[in-house]
Amino acid sequence: MIEQQGNLPSAQQGLWKVSISPHIKSDESVEKIMWTVVGCLVPPLILSVFVFGIQVLFITAVSVASCMAVEAVSQKALGRKVTVRDGSAALTGMLIAFVIPPGVSAFLPVLAAIFAIYIGKHILGGLGYNFFNPALLGRAFLLASFPVAMTSAWLPPIEPGAIFSYLGVSIDAVSTATPLAVMKEQGMAAFNERFGEGASLYTSFFLGWRPGSIGETSGFLMLLGGLFLLYKRYITWHIPVSLLGSIAVLTWIFGGEGYFAGDPLLAVLSGGALLGAFFMATDYVTSPSNKISQIVFGVGIGALTVLIRLKGGYPEGICYAILLMNPLSTVLDGWFKQKRFALPQGGEK
Amino acid sequence: MTTLLTFPKGGIHPPESKELTAAKKIEVMPVPAELEIILSQHIGAPCKPTVEKKAEVGEGAVIGDVVKGLGVPLHSPAAGKIKAISSSVHPLKLNAPSITITVNPEAAPLHYEKKEWRDIDPKELLGKLKDAGVIGIGGAGFPTHVKLSPPSNSPVDTLVVNAAECEPYITADHRQMVEHSAEIIEGCKVILRILGISNCLIGVESNKPNAFQALSETAANTAESDFKIEVRALQVKYPQGSEKQLIQAVTGRKVPGYALPSAVGVVVQNVSTAKAIYDAVVLEKPLYEKVITVSGKGIQRPANLLVKMGTRISDIVDYLGGIKPELKKIVLGGPMMGFAVSSLDIPITKTTSSVLFLSEDEIDTAPHSQCIRCGWCLEACPMGLEPKEIGLFVEANHAEETERFGVFECFECGSCAYVCPAKRPLVQFVRLAKMKAKRK
Repeated sequence: MIEQQGNLPSAQQGLWKVSISPHIKSDESVEKIMWTVVGCLVPPLILSVFVFGIQVLFITAVSVASCMAVEAVSQKALGRKVTVRDGSAALTGMLIAFVIPPGVSAFLPVLAAIFAIYIGKHILGGLGYNFFNPALLGRAFLLASFPVAMTSAWLPPIEPGAIFSYLGVSIDAVSTATPLAVMKEQGMAAFNERFGEGASLYTSFFLGWRPGSIGETSGFLMLLGGLFLLYKRYITWHIPVSLLGSIAVLTWIFGGEGYFAGDPLLAVLSGGALLGAFFMATDYVTSPSNKISQIVFGVGIGALTVLIRLKGGYPEGICYAILLMNPLSTVLDGWFKQKRFALPQGGEK
Repeated sequence: MTTLLTFPKGGIHPPESKELTAAKKIEVMPVPAELEIILSQHIGAPCKPTVEKKAEVGEGAVIGDVVKGLGVPLHSPAAGKIKAISSSVHPLKLNAPSITITVNPEAAPLHYEKKEWRDIDPKELLGKLKDAGVIGIGGAGFPTHVKLSPPSNSPVDTLVVNAAECEPYITADHRQMVEHSAEIIEGCKVILRILGISNCLIGVESNKPNAFQALSETAANTAESDFKIEVRALQVKYPQGSEKQLIQAVTGRKVPGYALPSAVGVVVQNVSTAKAIYDAVVLEKPLYEKVITVSGKGIQRPANLLVKMGTRISDIVDYLGGIKPELKKIVLGGPMMGFAVSSLDIPITKTTSSVLFLSEDEIDTAPHSQCIRCGWCLEACPMGLEPKEIGLFVEANHAEETERFGVFECFECGSCAYVCPAKRPLVQFVRLAKMKAKRK
């Protein structure tokens, strides 16, 4: 044997790796998934810079940077491995910026980051163990602590588009209500007066030329990002379709004056429904893993969203609807297990 | 090839990496100076040596025999002299009793003649298989004569021949099908006669069109009314060659949990085992050599080799021009289910299907992180299990409570670990879970 080994670079011998099968693995990774999702959120961000001004870029940068900083500090403090590069904190930062009014003080996203990342994620065990969506937890925290800023610091679109001429060109008009708030508080007539009717209304909502948070303005870019994630197979259709479908159907039935008079298309295009359906409710950690439980989860969020929008105190409902369904994920997974290949003869083992 | 068959649930598509050797003819590797035959080649107790040290043995002579229970005798792969009866490095058991033979280079290789087998009683045919030391050489190494004697309370009506070869890199079965289709088809007929049935379905993955064609043509040209042999094209999907998945793909039958294929009237044999059965019955040649694939970017000259049992990996490395500096991992078997080894002293056994010399960019080296509950493992699992739950339970020190997740149904195909974006060692978790759940 010895003479045969003489042919081999002997220094190599000790360096061969041994480990349990499989020896090959796919080239997907947590890092790749998270940064891809972040990438999908960049087009709507760029659009909102044109719609609302450079302020949104600043708020987003503060949010992402503070989430990453809080992640690193939390992990260091808790004696865990620092995994700030995996992109999950950056994604949370992006999403926080997407769900708060773009006109708030930069101090707010910093607070949201601390609450979302430290309390909402690392105290609960870190990535994989948090049972609430951290970004939405951050938003809920801000909404509870700074209700005035969080409901009034909406920036109007800079460009006076045809249907937005009522807004003037002043960027300082920081108390523009969101469409759903107008609809809730002042009724459909006021809503139509301010935002238009029919096709032009859908067009402006679809393209994103309207007030709102970054994440709820452009339905088109949200849809595009969501479709890309579907194409990459990072998400499946189950949650987005069941969620948006139930919002549409339930709004159609209950959302208007009398039954079956609601506007399902408007319901889906407003209030961050698309952002929630594609980017929030599909968060791996806080959503179920089994396909049937994902559909139940999506329908649950849709139903709660419509309930909050129509009967609750908030005009937009998807944030709380997702937070309410998040902890049920593991419960649903326990109820609806995927089918085994074949059970043993003579019953369950 | 029209519609491609497959199993409906789970499965993955790893890179096939078969192009390194798929077009290379089977080469006969010269007999090395020494052979090291491990006495424990199959499931069951190891063989007991029947020869003394320094004894002269001929090619094909019995050198070890069954002690008790399941087992088949062991034969000398070449003429030579017994050098030692001691122990060898074993890929799984670290050390295993073995017989070392110094090969006599002068001895002329034996030549085997075809014999008539159609008049022989099935019982006698089974005896021939046992005497020739035939075991399932596709992987598990179950003695073939036992597998072909299914329990009388579950009658068998179909023979399924596993020619999927779904593991990446390996092309040994592929080459056997292309070069020895006649022997394989005749081997299938022997099995059918032993089982007393006439239906045989051969499942070939569609990435081997020439193998599919060779088998189909041979089956058609040698058609006999007693034997209905059909070749079916399968989708390329891992683990298509797993027994239960293959049966479902080609027959539509589902083998119940914890049951054998005979529960649904099926017996499965690997295509290379069919060739070994042909050798054992038609040529009366014992099983002491086999075709293996040597591949990967870490070996100078990847090849399909016909090697003697007991040939050491180091001899193969020398024959194929040595290893390359980028070699990082040596795997016996396929990259999905094979075993990494740390030494070149390990000899080839009857169940070795390949030796892979893998470079850094072919293997996975990423560290694993916490489970993010993406559920990809659930989608990948062909058995409908929940690998992530098993992993989480094992990590939380509750390994013995994993039986309710069906951990014993897991055959460790590694699909879950392959797709896991957190690179979690799910197969390792499953093995640990099985061990602790058994102990409970």
